[in-house]
Amino acid sequence: MNAMTPWWASASFWRKTAVIVTALSFIVLIVLTLDSMAQMSAGSDRVPAYSVINKRITYVDDAEAGHKMPFVGGDAPLFGKALSEEDAEALVSLGKKTVQAKNCMNCHTLLGNGAYYAPDLTKAWLDASWGSEAARETLMLAFLQDPEGNARTFGSGRKMPNLGITESEARGVVAFLKWMASIDTNGFPHNFMPIPQEN
Amino acid sequence: MAALGTFDSANLNGGQRLAVKYYTVAVVLFVAQILFGLLAGIQYLKPEFLYGILDFSVNRMVHINAMVVWMLYGFIGSVYWLLEDESQHEIVGLKLGNLAFWVLTAAVTVVVLVYLLVQIGPGNDTSLWLINEGREYIEAPRWADIGIVVVVLIFFFNVAATFMKGRWTGVSGVLVLDLVALAGLYLAGMFYTTNISIDQYWWWWVIHLWVEATWEVMVGTMMAWALMKTLGTRRTIVETWLYIEVALMFGSGILGLGHHYFWIGSPEYWLSIGGFFSALEPIPLVAMVVHAVYDSGAHRMKNRNHPAMAWIIAHAFGNFFGAGVWGFMQTLPQINLYTHGTQWSASHGHLAFFGAYATINIAFFYIAIQHSRGGNWMGAGLAGAWRWKWALTLLHVGVVGMSVMLLIAGYEQAFIERAVGGSTWAAYFEAQQHMWFVQAMWWRQIFGWITLLGTVLLVWDLLVVGKGETRPAQAAGDVAHAA
Ligand code: HEC
Ligand code: HEM
Ligand code: HEM
Ligand SMILES: [Fe+2]
Repeated sequence: MNAMTPWWASASFWRKTAVIVTALSFIVLIVLTLDSMAQMSAGSDRVPAYSVINKRITYVDDAEAGHKMPFVGGDAPLFGKALSEEDAEALVSLGKKTVQAKNCMNCHTLLGNGAYYAPDLTKAWLDASWGSEAARETLMLAFLQDPEGNARTFGSGRKMPNLGITESEARGVVAFLKWMASIDTNGFPHNFMPIPQEN
Repeated sequence: MAALGTFDSANLNGGQRLAVKYYTVAVVLFVAQILFGLLAGIQYLKPEFLYGILDFSVNRMVHINAMVVWMLYGFIGSVYWLLEDESQHEIVGLKLGNLAFWVLTAAVTVVVLVYLLVQIGPGNDTSLWLINEGREYIEAPRWADIGIVVVVLIFFFNVAATFMKGRWTGVSGVLVLDLVALAGLYLAGMFYTTNISIDQYWWWWVIHLWVEATWEVMVGTMMAWALMKTLGTRRTIVETWLYIEVALMFGSGILGLGHHYFWIGSPEYWLSIGGFFSALEPIPLVAMVVHAVYDSGAHRMKNRNHPAMAWIIAHAFGNFFGAGVWGFMQTLPQINLYTHGTQWSASHGHLAFFGAYATINIAFFYIAIQHSRGGNWMGAGLAGAWRWKWALTLLHVGVVGMSVMLLIAGYEQAFIERAVGGSTWAAYFEAQQHMWFVQAMWWRQIFGWITLLGTVLLVWDLLVVGKGETRPAQAAGDVAHAA
């Protein structure tokens, strides 16, 4: 740097600035991440405990939030059997591992992230196309084990292939989808119309 | 030493010979990326195509993994390329570096074969360790993750030890610190958790803090070095710009991470923090354009390697439009609520990865070729120049065309599926079958074929460009020595 260079154009000024800006941003990110981890752990307000699969989950207008919110209601155990917190976590975990091992996210989005070849699964548990809350569990188990035989495709011809999902894996996946539907996603997907949920 | 214009590894130093190996694999994987992208694209139009044999998920996984890996190969190669020159010292631990290359390449081959032949497994840990982890872009099974970490440590040793023995500069200082961050981030993607919200929170640490922070700085250092070499820009100018870019990029990009934390179960403060900081992210990209264009202008575009210079300019603009403009369009939560996870994202993903990262790697391939041929003339009057010009043109027409079509499809999907239909199963398919969506997908495919044509020309050109050109680059008689 020669004497003609003003301080604000000098390498040393910008080197220091780069270091300080980076360090500060990173520190703020760490602090926010610690706070986010606490607010997003299973069992928090935003992300319910896995045993939420023992409850009825609906999607209702929330005037305060200004959008629909998942609502955890009374008892409605998945597959008719209430599970302990540990057993619920084990079942959801089986579902999550199945989702990863079968590569669902390279066709579907979950929480809006993934691929765009198939519907978003964030609220799949609440999807109106399952018909009714009473029929849903059976239909979902059947669909996951034989998506080709149970294809809907709405006239598109775009079917989900059979992925060799076993009955127990399918139960895990349904538990996972039910739990995921209970997460507070700040109103995403916007305007989602859930399965009929009178009474 | 062979005559000018003949490819001869005697023209290269140790690091550069290793770089050429990395570049070669990178080009092969680039071609694979394009082929599998085309397969996935066809399936949007003809869902029966390869159904049950190579399903969309498999083709897409290979498509985007090949992309990430070829770009990383390009970066690693480029670091090896400039290492001895920038450190003024012979590379330390070249044998080990060579070994690491072969180990990594063998591992990549096995991973791809397993993707194609085994594809999926039962829902247990063994599948995640041996087959695939099912997490976009970083699907590689856990065993491969660990292998990658070991290889990267060796790479890092080569780089740090060489600079230590040689000299440190502004460019090398930024480079080494950036490599630490880039490699460290990969660890954030290497664990299993049942909690999908926390899973995606950390997944974005890898993906976002790679492409919008550490990769940007990585290419910033590559650009800095390339501008010194191809144009002879003064080091102080280049390094001052590099610090400015780092400050702006990290200052906006690190907290800009929050634009992925709007809807995944994370706290509401991310709506403001993510929206605000990510909206600033285009600023450093503007700075990069100004820098590159100003330098080229100041040197009246005089340089000895026209294809490399053209791809460098393409990089500056591609980065600005693909990442800066296309990213900005969907980065505010008020817009992202509707565009999140639609073809908008795909449009931006294509334009940004191509514009920012494919371009700069291709520029380095050309720099490497010129040097491998003994530093011959690759400026005005280069024989067969139509080839690189058409490759560049067709690739841009193809990728820009695809991105525009995906954007049209994205608008339609955001309106019909997201805003009106509420993103249900039925609304999804209503939008997918809308005439405008279907037309856009056909056009995307057509532009995809154009992209393939450009790719074929590019590979051809890379194999023959400058062959038999016996005029030396130095004869041009301007500032620095040949790049
Ligand atoms: C090769 C692409 C592909 C893969 C992989 C895939 N799906 Fe699908 N999926 C589809 C398609 C296409 C549909 C629409 C099928 C229809 O309408 O008949 C669908 C529909 C669904 C539905 C019903 C849609 C809704 O909104 O509720 C669910 C649930 C589902 N898939 C879950 C999964 C799970 C879980 C996995 C992983 C274990 C998975 N899918 C893997 C393509 C895929
Ligand atoms: C022949 C040309 C290409 C075709 C036909 C093609 C096709 C596709 C398809 C069908 C997808 C899946 C999108 C979805 O989930 O619905 C995809 C994803 C992707 N492709 Fe390509 N592609 C091509 C070239 C490229 C190039 C050149 C790049 C970048 C260098 C690229 C980068 C990506 C990325 C980043 C994604 C993931 C996008 C996201 O998840 O948002 N592709 N591509
Ligand atoms: C070269 C740099 C960049 C690259 C390679 C890149 C690439 C990508 C890709 C591939 C995705 C899709 C991820 C997925 O598969 O889910 C994405 C998402 C996104 N990017 Fe970028 N990006 C870059 C820079 C930027 C910038 C500078 C901005 C903002 C100004 C931005 C804003 C976004 C947003 C908001 C999303 C989320 C889209 C959604 O909600 O679905 N990106 N980016
Ligand atoms: Fe991002």
